[in-house]
Amino acid sequence: MLPVVELKEVTHAYLGDREASLAIEDLNLSVSQGEFVSLVGPSGCGKTTILSIIAGLLQPSRGEVLLSGRKTAGPSPEVGYMLQQDYLFPWRTIEDNALLGLELTGRLTGSSRAKSLQLLADMGLEGKEQAYPAQLSGGMRQRVALVRTLATDPGLLLLDEPFSALDYQIKLQLEDLVSETLMRRGTTAILVTHDLSEAIAVSSRVILLQPNPGRIRRIFEIPEAIRRTPPLYARDLPGFAELFHEVWKEMELAGREEM
Amino acid sequence: MNTEAQPRETASRAQWLEQKHADYRKKKLRRKSQVLMVRSSLLLVFFVLWEAGARMGWIDELLFSYPTKVFGQIWDDMVSGSLWPHLGMTVGETAVGFILGTLIGTLLAVVIWWSPFLSAVLDPYMVVFNSMPKVALGPIFIVMFGAGFTAIVITTLSITVIITTLVVYNSFCSVDPNLVKVVRSFGASKSQEFCKVILPASFPAVVSTLKVNVGMSWVGVIVGEFLVAKSGLGYLIIYGFQVFNFTLVMSSLLIIAAVATAMYQLVVYVEKLLLSRR
Repeated sequence: MLPVVELKEVTHAYLGDREASLAIEDLNLSVSQGEFVSLVGPSGCGKTTILSIIAGLLQPSRGEVLLSGRKTAGPSPEVGYMLQQDYLFPWRTIEDNALLGLELTGRLTGSSRAKSLQLLADMGLEGKEQAYPAQLSGGMRQRVALVRTLATDPGLLLLDEPFSALDYQIKLQLEDLVSETLMRRGTTAILVTHDLSEAIAVSSRVILLQPNPGRIRRIFEIPEAIRRTPPLYARDLPGFAELFHEVWKEMELAGREEM
Repeated sequence: MNTEAQPRETASRAQWLEQKHADYRKKKLRRKSQVLMVRSSLLLVFFVLWEAGARMGWIDELLFSYPTKVFGQIWDDMVSGSLWPHLGMTVGETAVGFILGTLIGTLLAVVIWWSPFLSAVLDPYMVVFNSMPKVALGPIFIVMFGAGFTAIVITTLSITVIITTLVVYNSFCSVDPNLVKVVRSFGASKSQEFCKVILPASFPAVVSTLKVNVGMSWVGVIVGEFLVAKSGLGYLIIYGFQVFNFTLVMSSLLIIAAVATAMYQLVVYVEKLLLSRR
């Protein structure tokens, strides 16, 4: 079976007036159906750049990106992108925010609307459909953003630190919700995070990047037991702490070598 | 949580809160009426002093006229009907200038938002035109469009269009780029990006330029009328000045103040209406 995403020798340079800087260099990555991959690493290792390239928002300077074997040339409805904050449109109701993707891709029909409303209800947002974003708490808003992303039924979900702006308790709840939802739908996901324990708890594979220029340093396979357990409980499993320390040490090294 | 608080206590607490709220509202109301009272007496004192000053000879009656005479003049002009064509002319010019100025300015902003290249090309021209006192172009407009309605509206447009363009374009540019990123990640086209994000996000800014433009339009129209008109409130002022009828000048000024305020309030009302649904 073809991998959902494949990055081949991807290099990207940011060009500015004063200098051109290499964000990532010769990156190879392949993610298969149903996998949950986390990208971690010190700042400046090109995590967000990689996501933007996969999302089709950025064209890589060199190399190619294949989505289910096809070359990308811009954003595709198969890929959902969730940002650090909810970025709901304050002038739209919750329902209209959730339907934004369907509206933009011209797939807003009676049944797709009903499905999205059901999804809102599944996320515990029933009765909030006609409210405006300002009336909702941060956790609720991020759940609406999740529905907005899932409404177009993407096969691949890109998550750019979607939990980082939330309170700790809400963050843990949302990690569980996202992980459970994606597992149920069989959605492939790539998560960018700076929270190592989050990365280990939710993913099946953690990819550690090193900075200047961004490159893969090491890949950690997460044991089946931790992978199967909901994130909140996974943190208490034997082996979790050891794995955390291993990743932590490696990341320290990656950060230090750069100095 | 203390859900089982004694019912008696809850009742008295509600009463106490009610009382507090009533006091607060009463205090607020009292302040409001105080402001209103001082405000209106200030106006009254002004008119009384003006009247008394002119009658007692503290100020030159010929130059400054006095309120009863001014209001008498306004009343006579209203009754005889000679006021209406002038008022209609000026209000018409202002309304046309205001609406066209806002539309053209916003449209221009859309165009330069659409094409960053064009925006870069036009930038210095806009800066020059914006810094320039547009009223100085008045004579050129008269030569080009003839002394009359068109020249006056064009003078008004020259004042309102560029500033509208700059303000609206700026508000387009200051829309949170992440909101744009959201629609781009869904593969939105440039026109979708504009209609779904840029325009609704900067709508309040566009609407608030309306308020600025009302004032600007009045400046343009009155100046234009000073230069060319054969009717209109600006013309009445110039005419009154030339024949040394300052009662006419003063009454025109009062009418302008009243009508301009009414127009401004109308725009504020429209703004409220437009923004209340968000």
